[in-house]
Amino acid sequence: MDTTALLLADGRFPSGGHAHSAGLEAAVAAGQVNGLPELETFLRGRLATAGRVAAAFAAATRRVAADEPEPAATVTLLDEELDARTASPALRRASRRQGRALLRAGRATWPAPLLNRVPAHPDGYHHPVALGLTAAAAGLSPADAALIGAYGVLTGPASAAVRLLGLDPYGTQALLARLAGACDAVARAAVADAALPPADLPAHTAPLADIHAENHATWEVRLFAS
Amino acid sequence: MRPETPHDETVPHSHPDPSVDPHAPLADGGRALRVGIGGPVGSGKTALVAALCRALGDELRLAVVTNDIYTTEDADFLKRNGVLAPERIRAVETGCCPHTAIRDDISANLDAIEDLEDALGPLDLMLVESGGDNLTATFSKGLIDYQIFVVDVAGGDKVPRKGGPGVTTADLLVINKTDLAPMVGADLSVMDRDARARRGTLPTIFLSIAEDRQAQPVADWIRHLVGHRRPGQVTVG
Ligand SMILES: Nc1nc2c(ncn2[C@@H]2O[C@H](COP(=O)(O)OP(=O)(O)OP(=O)(O)O)[C@@H](O)[C@H]2O)c(=O)[nH]1
Ligand SMILES: [Mg+2]
Repeated sequence: MDTTALLLADGRFPSGGHAHSAGLEAAVAAGQVNGLPELETFLRGRLATAGRVAAAFAAATRRVAADEPEPAATVTLLDEELDARTASPALRRASRRQGRALLRAGRATWPAPLLNRVPAHPDGYHHPVALGLTAAAAGLSPADAALIGAYGVLTGPASAAVRLLGLDPYGTQALLARLAGACDAVARAAVADAALPPADLPAHTAPLADIHAENHATWEVRLFAS
Repeated sequence: MRPETPHDETVPHSHPDPSVDPHAPLADGGRALRVGIGGPVGSGKTALVAALCRALGDELRLAVVTNDIYTTEDADFLKRNGVLAPERIRAVETGCCPHTAIRDDISANLDAIEDLEDALGPLDLMLVESGGDNLTATFSKGLIDYQIFVVDVAGGDKVPRKGGPGVTTADLLVINKTDLAPMVGADLSVMDRDARARRGTLPTIFLSIAEDRQAQPVADWIRHLVGHRRPGQVTVG
């Protein structure tokens, strides 16, 4: 971890994440998250599913993008594999939208030629793939990419919870601090996965999150895009 | 109650030399002139966008991006009212923080602008309406070329005096709903005097969109900018 990694991990990195709650808004509306205890359960669940998958795909994409001379086909394959792991069309859209925004910010911040070796995706790459590409452009390691991926899976909905539920911000930070060890462990596992063929990367899912996301997309009034 | 701002108090503003345009030169050809429209909730931003579409829609190739806090209400309003073809309007969702989407993290707005340009081809004018926010919310220069800040007289004639970056630095301040001034006891001359004190040489326009459905003085201001940018080509087919 160095300053470059901190920049990319920072919630202030302008990559569109502020408009997304990662399913938290729907969980709040369903009465499943009202305070810090349920937020902890929600975040642990996300870390073990979306976090595990996002970290592995970020690390794998970073490896391919920076270490292989012709990464285009494998990056495309990684993106397709992630699509197959994302059952909800609403979540696919949200992931691609955030991936597109991240890559825009990443390109502007670290304009590395290696980004030109992968074709532009018309709808944007999935967010973890975009994260791996940005990490490669920034000169970061697969371990950095994995950790930033897992960390984002936690901090995105946590900051949405502060805004939606008016949670005590110190209590929320203390919760994140308690989850730090679990986050590190997910990132380590992801690094170990990164060399696997794309089809063998983790495929943990959370069906309730998929259902929530589909419902959320039909709401007439919502604060977050997802 | 604060004492009134004395007439001679000089308020720092963004045009130290009125003869020098502080804006970076625009890329010619390539992309549309981007004008941001910001201001507090309900001041008449969408009404102004609709008026500008009526005034300029046949004259310029134009498109609109709206930033709602909760919904696609503003975009839906524009579509319902038929002031612009629906494919020329995009809505951005801003996740609790309308000012973030126009200032700190402009990615979703840039994506929407690019999508419109891809779908519609070259454009002359891109209007970006921010979600209703507070007096400190202004647009990033990375998103727009010029910004209009819309306040209304119903918010009280103290608003220009309160200042803030929107009132003080916007390229154009629009004080809307002048038709309501007698109803709410707002003194327009006080607003005019305070706006001058805050804004120096930057222009302020008093408007009632309820009465001027094409917001003519604002449309003229934009015509001037577009013409200035492409000399001899103010209007397009
Ligand atoms: N009387 C009067 N009403 C106006 C005028 N301009 C707009 N309105 C009304 O003011 C209300 C709010 O106008 P909008 O254009 O929706 O305001 P807005 O700034 O876009 O609002 P948000 O996007 O919600 O922040 C609507 O009911 C308009 O019809 C005006 O000049 N006079
Ligand atoms: Mg509006």
